[in-house]
Amino acid sequence: MCLAVPGKVIAIMEEGGLKTGRIDYSGMVNTVCLELVPDIVVGQYTVVHAGFALSIIDEAEALQSLETWAEFLELQRVADGPGRSEPENP
Amino acid sequence: MNPVPPRLSCPLPIMDHDRVQLAHGSGGLLSAQLIDRLFLPRFANPILNRLEDQATLELPAGRVAMSTDTFVVDPIFFPGGSIGDLAVNGTVNDVAMSGAPPLYLAAAFVLEEGLPMADLHRVLVAMEEAARVAGVVVVTGDTKVVPRGACDKIFITTTGIGVVPEGVTISAASLRPGDAIILSGTLADHGMAILTTRQGLSFHSRIQSDTAALYGLVAAMLAVCPTIHALRDPTRGGAATTLNEFVRSSRVGIELEEGRITVRPEVQGACEVLGIDPLFVANEGKLIAAVPGEAAAGVLAAMRNHPQGREAAIIGRVTAQHPGLVVLRTALGAERIVEMPVAEQLPRIC
Amino acid sequence: MRFVDEYRDPELARRLLAEIRATVTRPWTIMEICGGQTHAIMKHGLDQLLPPEIELVHGPGCPVCVTPLEKIDRAIAIAGRPAVIFTSFGDMLRVPGSCQDLFMVRAAGGDVRMVYSPLEAVKLARQYPECEVVFFAVGFETTAPGNALAIRQAAREGLANFSALASHVLVAPAMRYLLSQPTNRVQGFLAAGHVCTVMGLEEYEPLAAEFKVPMVVTGFEPVDILEGILLTVRQLEKGEHRVENQYGRSVQPRGNPAARQVIDEVFEVADRGWRGIGIIPASGLAIRARYASHDAEKKFAVTAITATEPTGCVSGRILQGLTKPPACPAFGRACSPAHPLGATMVSSEGACAAYYRYQRRAVLS
Repeated sequence: MCLAVPGKVIAIMEEGGLKTGRIDYSGMVNTVCLELVPDIVVGQYTVVHAGFALSIIDEAEALQSLETWAEFLELQRVADGPGRSEPENP
Repeated sequence: MNPVPPRLSCPLPIMDHDRVQLAHGSGGLLSAQLIDRLFLPRFANPILNRLEDQATLELPAGRVAMSTDTFVVDPIFFPGGSIGDLAVNGTVNDVAMSGAPPLYLAAAFVLEEGLPMADLHRVLVAMEEAARVAGVVVVTGDTKVVPRGACDKIFITTTGIGVVPEGVTISAASLRPGDAIILSGTLADHGMAILTTRQGLSFHSRIQSDTAALYGLVAAMLAVCPTIHALRDPTRGGAATTLNEFVRSSRVGIELEEGRITVRPEVQGACEVLGIDPLFVANEGKLIAAVPGEAAAGVLAAMRNHPQGREAAIIGRVTAQHPGLVVLRTALGAERIVEMPVAEQLPRIC
Repeated sequence: MRFVDEYRDPELARRLLAEIRATVTRPWTIMEICGGQTHAIMKHGLDQLLPPEIELVHGPGCPVCVTPLEKIDRAIAIAGRPAVIFTSFGDMLRVPGSCQDLFMVRAAGGDVRMVYSPLEAVKLARQYPECEVVFFAVGFETTAPGNALAIRQAAREGLANFSALASHVLVAPAMRYLLSQPTNRVQGFLAAGHVCTVMGLEEYEPLAAEFKVPMVVTGFEPVDILEGILLTVRQLEKGEHRVENQYGRSVQPRGNPAARQVIDEVFEVADRGWRGIGIIPASGLAIRARYASHDAEKKFAVTAITATEPTGCVSGRILQGLTKPPACPAFGRACSPAHPLGATMVSSEGACAAYYRYQRRAVLS
């Protein structure tokens, strides 16, 4: 369940008394309710589900996590040497 | 999208009414006014101008290819085109997929009472331009008007004919193991242009329909390889439907490489947001070809040299394995079956 | 797409798979709760790439699949009424009720419209004061805050013609139910990343401790799922049973306070029937009394409608992870996406539909 897609907030306004924003997903833009992320600002990324922004993406955490994983996996790969089984390249 | 620049905008001729009335379809004076002032000027040609009940045509010798289609798209105007563009290009392309240069079109219109004349005029101007670019002539037509609510604004049926060149036999039953599967460009542009426009104000879509006449591209391909096995334009049901039609007709298998299929970033964004798979989305200016393996590189080069084929790519191969199944190899190296879609994909939240 | 493409990186995925292979020493059974995760696993073929020791079992995380049959019948009954505009997410429109689905109601003349957001339904209520606008409010905790906000907004605007047919389910009670079954084989969980975006991690701590089962909150892209599986396997190999968060870019330990607050304002926890499973106590959300005038079930007096399941469908066992779709005698034969017997085949999230779409070759050849 819960198809939610990350996009970038490019504008914030009020519509019908609700905090609303325009979200950009690689060039596709839609209007999304921001009431559930009241602190979000333009330029931040959010995860959008059924027309509502649900979280402010923690970019620092994301970057840190990717880096940590990449480093760890590289260490494992080097440590295990050529015997390590990886799925074949397509 | 047609690269040829459109004619300067054409003002709405003076009409007695600003909306289509039932009387415009009843065959009397108002009908004649509609035909004379709105339809004839757009499609004027010696055959049509005779205004006989039928068009008498001289055709070159050879096998005649004929195709018909009805266009009911809503909205009737969308980024990149209109129902008029689809009505011309859709049928022109179906004829062109046989290898035949499209020659003549018949166009029948069902108009909803109350349709603004300005909208009808705009659709006809689009058809005129599309026909001019495609090199076809509208030689006969018909117009009916139905009461408000009996149809949705405007329905157009077009029938097209052309003559298949000697020696060209293109068929979905002709795929052979070893053939290359070539896709002429990006997927899902048209369907997502429509879907995001229909969602109304909440979607600010830059996605343009890719509606275009494809015979020029087909001709360029046939010039390099007259023995192309199969050609089809992946409209309703998308590339998945076309490829499944191929494997069923030819009783072969197809293997696709996910990484070779391209989708524009904004189209990808729309597909992600709505939960839609681009393989199942309609295209109106693309074709899929099955080409003998040894000719693939040459056909690809010819396509990339043509404005309609700049982003053409070999996306897979025909195989004797798993006949009747289209199998996609994912970027991660796993495989999944691409099924014939059961019904039109709906946006989902789940 | 940013925050999507990085998590589809084939090289990173390959390395994660290698690490999973290197970590696993014996068989483990892991359940991914969320239908969206099932979908991603099938779409990218992750289950083909994982080592054979890991068995992935698909959980009941498909709100469409677990919506009780009588709820769908009630929706159909309301949608068929005159002067009603019935709105729904696309997911529910083809799910068969006892006799028909919402699309068939439209074909027969009902005004059934698809919406992308519940606020579109509120807008329709504003636009058409002479019509009753009903919104089919389905979903897990991910969808609940938006649905709650729409109901609250309608109430604030005094839109008496707006109501919601609510069919919400809660994940943690379902997990407790599954873990409590003597037939339970699940040893580790990939918890639903978007549900946890709303609810946080707090509900899972007591579950992990009581049932001694590791739970890793996981995202939805291949790299997320593989990271989640790796973290789960590591814990299993070490005999640990903690709650971990793989999806830290979206999930905070307390979740989204604004979202939880609006859910609490509009909904209250209630017992709830899960299609194919039965009643799980305190596993659903009902509209609070204060918003009763916007509760479609009360407004349209449809609570008397009940239904019985078609025979031959084992979707209940599928939803609990007790059976896999290929093991069902009807799979691919009497039951297919074109002729579904139950919701797990109709819903694109359903385990049966996912298997059918992506695995038919292996199963039938």
